[in-house]
Amino acid sequence: MIVDNLPALQVIVPLLGAILCVLVRRGWLAWFIALVVSWIVPLIAVALILQVLDGGVISYAMGGWAPPVGIEYRVDLLSAFVLLLISMVGAVMLPYANLSVESEISDGKRAWFYALYLLCMTGMLGISITGDAFNAFVFLEVSSLSTYAMIALGKDRRALLAAYQYLIMGTIGATFYVIAIGILYTMTGTLNMVDMSGRLGDVATVRPLFAALAFLTVGISLKFALFPLHSWLPNAYAYAPTFATAFLASTATKAAVYLILRFFFSVYGVALVFGIHPISEMLIALSLMAMFGASIVAVYQDNIKRMLAYSSVAQIGYITLGFGLANVPGLTGGVVHLANHAVTKGALFLAVGGIVYRMGAAHLDDFKGIGKKMPLTMAGFTIAGLSIIGVPGTAGFISKWYLAIAALEHGWGWLVMLLVLSSLISVIYIGRVVEVAYFREPEGKVMNATEMPLSMLIPAWVMILATIYFGIETSWTAGIASQIATDLLAGVQ
Amino acid sequence: MAALQELVNHYNHWIAVFLMVAGLYVVVARGNMVKKLVGLSLFQTSVYLIYLTPGKIIGGTAPILSDEFTVYSNPLPHVLILTAIVVGIATIALGLALVVRINEAFGSIEEDEIFEKDVEA
Amino acid sequence: MTSQTLIILALVLPALTVLVIPLFHRQPNLRETITITSSGLLFLTILILLIRVLDGERPSIELIRVVPDLPISFAIEPLGMIFAAVAGTLWIVNSIYSIGYMRGNNEPRQTQFYMCFALAISATMGIAFADNLFTLFLFYEVLTLSTYPLVTHKGNAEAKAGGRKYLIILLGTSTVLLLPAIIWTWFLTGSMTFTIGGIMAGKVDGLTLGLLLALYVFGIGKAAVMPMHGWLPAAMVAPTPVSALLHAVAVVKAGVFTVVKVIVYIFGIDYLADTGAGDWLLYIAGFTILMASVIALRQDNLKRRLAFSTVSQLSYVVLAVAILSPISAIGAAMHIAAHAVSKITLFFAAGSLYTAAHITKISQMRGIGRKMPWTMTAFAIGGISMIGLPPTAGFLGKWFMLQGAMEGGKWVAVGIIIISTILNAGYFLPVIVSAFLRPVDPNASKDKDIVTDHGEAPLGIVIALTLTAAGTIALFLFPGPLYELASAMVDMGTEVTNVAPEPPALPVGGNSHE
Repeated sequence: MIVDNLPALQVIVPLLGAILCVLVRRGWLAWFIALVVSWIVPLIAVALILQVLDGGVISYAMGGWAPPVGIEYRVDLLSAFVLLLISMVGAVMLPYANLSVESEISDGKRAWFYALYLLCMTGMLGISITGDAFNAFVFLEVSSLSTYAMIALGKDRRALLAAYQYLIMGTIGATFYVIAIGILYTMTGTLNMVDMSGRLGDVATVRPLFAALAFLTVGISLKFALFPLHSWLPNAYAYAPTFATAFLASTATKAAVYLILRFFFSVYGVALVFGIHPISEMLIALSLMAMFGASIVAVYQDNIKRMLAYSSVAQIGYITLGFGLANVPGLTGGVVHLANHAVTKGALFLAVGGIVYRMGAAHLDDFKGIGKKMPLTMAGFTIAGLSIIGVPGTAGFISKWYLAIAALEHGWGWLVMLLVLSSLISVIYIGRVVEVAYFREPEGKVMNATEMPLSMLIPAWVMILATIYFGIETSWTAGIASQIATDLLAGVQ
Repeated sequence: MAALQELVNHYNHWIAVFLMVAGLYVVVARGNMVKKLVGLSLFQTSVYLIYLTPGKIIGGTAPILSDEFTVYSNPLPHVLILTAIVVGIATIALGLALVVRINEAFGSIEEDEIFEKDVEA
Repeated sequence: MTSQTLIILALVLPALTVLVIPLFHRQPNLRETITITSSGLLFLTILILLIRVLDGERPSIELIRVVPDLPISFAIEPLGMIFAAVAGTLWIVNSIYSIGYMRGNNEPRQTQFYMCFALAISATMGIAFADNLFTLFLFYEVLTLSTYPLVTHKGNAEAKAGGRKYLIILLGTSTVLLLPAIIWTWFLTGSMTFTIGGIMAGKVDGLTLGLLLALYVFGIGKAAVMPMHGWLPAAMVAPTPVSALLHAVAVVKAGVFTVVKVIVYIFGIDYLADTGAGDWLLYIAGFTILMASVIALRQDNLKRRLAFSTVSQLSYVVLAVAILSPISAIGAAMHIAAHAVSKITLFFAAGSLYTAAHITKISQMRGIGRKMPWTMTAFAIGGISMIGLPPTAGFLGKWFMLQGAMEGGKWVAVGIIIISTILNAGYFLPVIVSAFLRPVDPNASKDKDIVTDHGEAPLGIVIALTLTAAGTIALFLFPGPLYELASAMVDMGTEVTNVAPEPPALPVGGNSHE
C-alpha cells in the first residue's frame, strides 16, 4: 500500500507537514515537525531511486486517472536523482535550522517560516516528480511563492525589496512558462510530457513549437538565474535568512534546471532543440558570460553571502555549459554539477551561517582573524571553497573534468582553457576571504566569537565532508549522472 | 486584403498580445510598486485569453451529457485557467503584502525613492 | 606486511601525525616525540620498501576509481623510490633540526608548523608513489596548499607577500598549464598511467607533442624552470627548516621528479629523441642554469643565494633528461638525491648561523668558521657538492650527465655544465674561504642585530647538519643502491626498444653494483 503510493507520498508528506506547522504555531514544535518530515522525505526518495534502478521508470496515476488524461507522476532516473538531491539536502540542513532561524526570525513567525520551508520543498519535489506540464507550473509557483515569503523574512529591511524584485521577475518567468505550455497544448492537445513528446513529431507547422521553446527557455532560465536573467538572485540570497539562503542555493535553482532538462531532452528531444536553431551556441555563450561575468563581480563583493550568490550564478553557468555541449560527457558534467554544486554551495553557506550566527552579519570585516576563533568553521569554508575552485579531490573537480572532456570531444581546446581560467577567478574570491580569516588579527566583535554550536557544526561538516566524498567516490553522483545523460541523449522515455 | 482578413479573423489573439505587452511595459516602466503589480496582473491575465481562445468553439456549450447539445467547448483549458487564476491571485496578494511591508519599512513605495534611502542606510 | 600495505602506510603515517599532533599542543616535548617517532616509522617503512624494490619487486595498488577513467593508484618504480627514500630519510634529520631551530628562535604557532610539515611529507609520498598523472596532480596540489601556511609562518607583511607569490605561481601554473596538459594527454592517448617507454608513441606527434611538452615543463612550476622560478626566492621568507626540507628537497624535487617522470614514462625518452620535439628544452634548461647562477652571484642574502643556486641546480636535472640519453637520465635521477642532501646541508648551516648569530647575509660571515666550525665545515661540504667536486655527492650526477651529453654529441649541454660549474665555484668558494681564513669583521659588532658572543648553534641543529654533511660524502663513497635504482629506471624505460645502456664505469667505490 505504502510502497505503491510512494510517488504521491513524496509530495504529500511535506505538504501535510506544512499545514501541521501552521496549526501548531510554536516555533520549536514546527521545527520538530519539519525535521521529522525532512527525514522521512529522503527515505521515500531513496526507496524510489532503488525501485527505478531496479525496475526502470515508475509511472503513477494520480487519483487513479490513467495518463494521459489524468496527471501522471513519473519517476525516471533523472527525477529520482533530483528528488534524492533535494530531499537529502533538506535532511542534512534541517538540524542546523533551529538555532540559526531562532537567531534571525522573531518567535511569532518561526512556525510560518517552517511551513514555508516545507511548502517550498513540496513545490520542488513536485516539479521533479510530475509528468504533467501544467502541474509542473503549479508546483513551480508553490515553491516560488513560498520562496518569496521566506526571503522577505530576512532581518534586513532590504530583504523585502529583494523578495519583491524576485516576485516580479519570478512571476514573469512563470507566466512565460505558461504561455509556452499553452502553445504546446494548442499544437499537441495534451499536457502529459511523454504524450506530448510523442505527438510533437506529427505537428505540421513547427514554427509555434519554436515560439514555445523560446518562451519556455527564457521563462525557466529566469527561475534558475541564467545570466543575464540573474539580477534577482544576488539580493535574494544576500538578505534572506541564512538557513533559507543555504537551502535555496542548494536546491531551488536545481529544480528549475531539472525542468529545462526535461523539456529540452525528454519533450522536444535533441534534434529539435539543438538541430535547427543555434541554441547550443547560445547556451555556451551565456554560460561563459555567467562563469566570467558573475565570478568577476563576486571578487568585488564585501558581503560574503552576496559574494557566494554571484558565485552561484557563475556555477549555474557550468551546469548550462554542460547542456549546451549536448554530448554525453557534457550532459553528465551538467547533471553531476547539480549535485556537486548543491553540496558545495550548501557547505559554504552553512559555514557562513555559523559566522552570521556569532557575528550577526557576514561582511568581509567580520572574517578578520576568524580562523583563530572559529577554526572548524573556517576550515570547512576553505575546503568547500576548494571545491568551488574545482581542485582535484573535491566534488567540484568531477564536474569540471566531465565538462573538459566534453569540450575536447568537440575539439574545443580553447574551452578547456576558459574553464581553467574561470576557476582561477574563483581562486581570487575564495582566496581573499580565506586570507582575511587567517592572516588578519582578530579585532572588535571577532575577539568574543567562538565555534558555532554543535547542532550547526555537524550539519555543516556533513556537507563539507560530502564535498570531499563526492570528489573521490562518485558512483552515486557521476555514475548515475552519466547514465542519465546517456538516456536523455538517446531519447529514452 | 487577405492579410487584413487574417488580422481581423484572429482579433482575439491580437487583444491578448496587446494586453501582454502593455502589462510587461507597465512592469518595466513604472516605478510605483503597486502599479508594477497591476501591470504584472495584466500580463498574467492576457495569458488566460491565450488559453481560452482555442478552447472555445463558437456555438458550443459546456460539456454536459445531454441529447440537446452536440457541440461542446473543450473544458480542459478552462480548468487550467481556473488554477492559473488561483496562482495569480496568490501572487498578487503576496506582492501587495510585500508592498505594505516595504511601505512600513521604507516609508515609500516608489522605487527610486527607496533606492535613494537604501544608499543612505 | 605486504608491500601494498607499506605503500598505504607511507602515506597514512604522516597524515595520522597531522591528526595526532594538535592533541598535544600543550605538551611540546610529547608533540615533538610524536613527530620524531612517526618520521622514524616512515623511514623504516621506506627502508623495507627500498630493499624490496632493489630486489626487483614493483608493488602497485589501486585505491579507488574516482570516475571510470580516473583511478587513484600507486605503484613504486625506481625513480619514485629514490625520491621517497630521500624525502623520508631527510624528514627525520629535519625533524631533529626543526626542534632545535623552532625552539632556539622561539617561533610562534609550532603546532601548526609540525602539522603542515607532516601533511607536506604525506603529499610528497603520494607524489613519489603515484601511478598516474591524476594521482600525482592530486598530491602535487596538496603539497602546494600544505606548504603555504609554512611559507607565511612568520605572519608579517613580507611573509604574506612571499606566500601570495608562492601560491599564485604554483597554483596558477599547475591549473592553467599542467591540468589542461593532463586532460589533453588523456584525451589524445586514452591513458594517464606512467608506462615504461611512454604512452605518446604513435598517438601524438609534431607540433602537438612539442606543445604538450611545453605545457608540462612550464606547468610544473615546482621545477622552477625560468620564467616560472619566481616563487622559490619568494618562499625563502619561511623558517629555515621549511626552506631546507621543502624548498631544497620535497617541493622542488617533486617538481623535477615530475618532469623526469613525465618525460620518461609519459613521453618516452626514445620517442622524444626520435621526433626531436624536445630539443628546445635543452636550451631553456641551460639558460635557467646559467642565468640563475649569475643572479646567485649577486645575492648578499645567504638564503636568497641558496635559492637561486637551487633554481640553477634543478635545471641540471631538467637538462639531464633533456639530453634524452639513458645515461644522462641516470644522472638526473642521481642528481635529485645528491642535490637534496647537499642543499639541505647548506640550508641547515644557514639556519644555524641565523639561530646562533642572527646572520642572514654573506657579508656578515667573515671569520665565522672559527666560532662555528661544525656549521661551516658542513657548509663547505655542501658547497663543494654544489660545485660538483669529489668527494661529494654532487660529483655523481654531473659525471653521468657529462657522459650522456658527450655520447650524444650534445656539446651545448657539455658547455653549459662546464660554465655553470665555474659559476658555482664563483659563488660558493669565496664564502667558504672568507669564513675560514679572514678575520671577523671588527665593524660587525656595531650591527645591533648581530650577536657576536656566540658559539655553535643548539645541539639539534648541529647534529642534523653533521648528519647531512656526512651523508653528502657517504653518498659519493657508496652510490651503489642509488645507481642501481637509477639504472633500473632507465632499463625499464628503454625495454621497449631494447637499447640497454652500457653500464658506465663508476669513478670510485661503486662496489655494491656487482
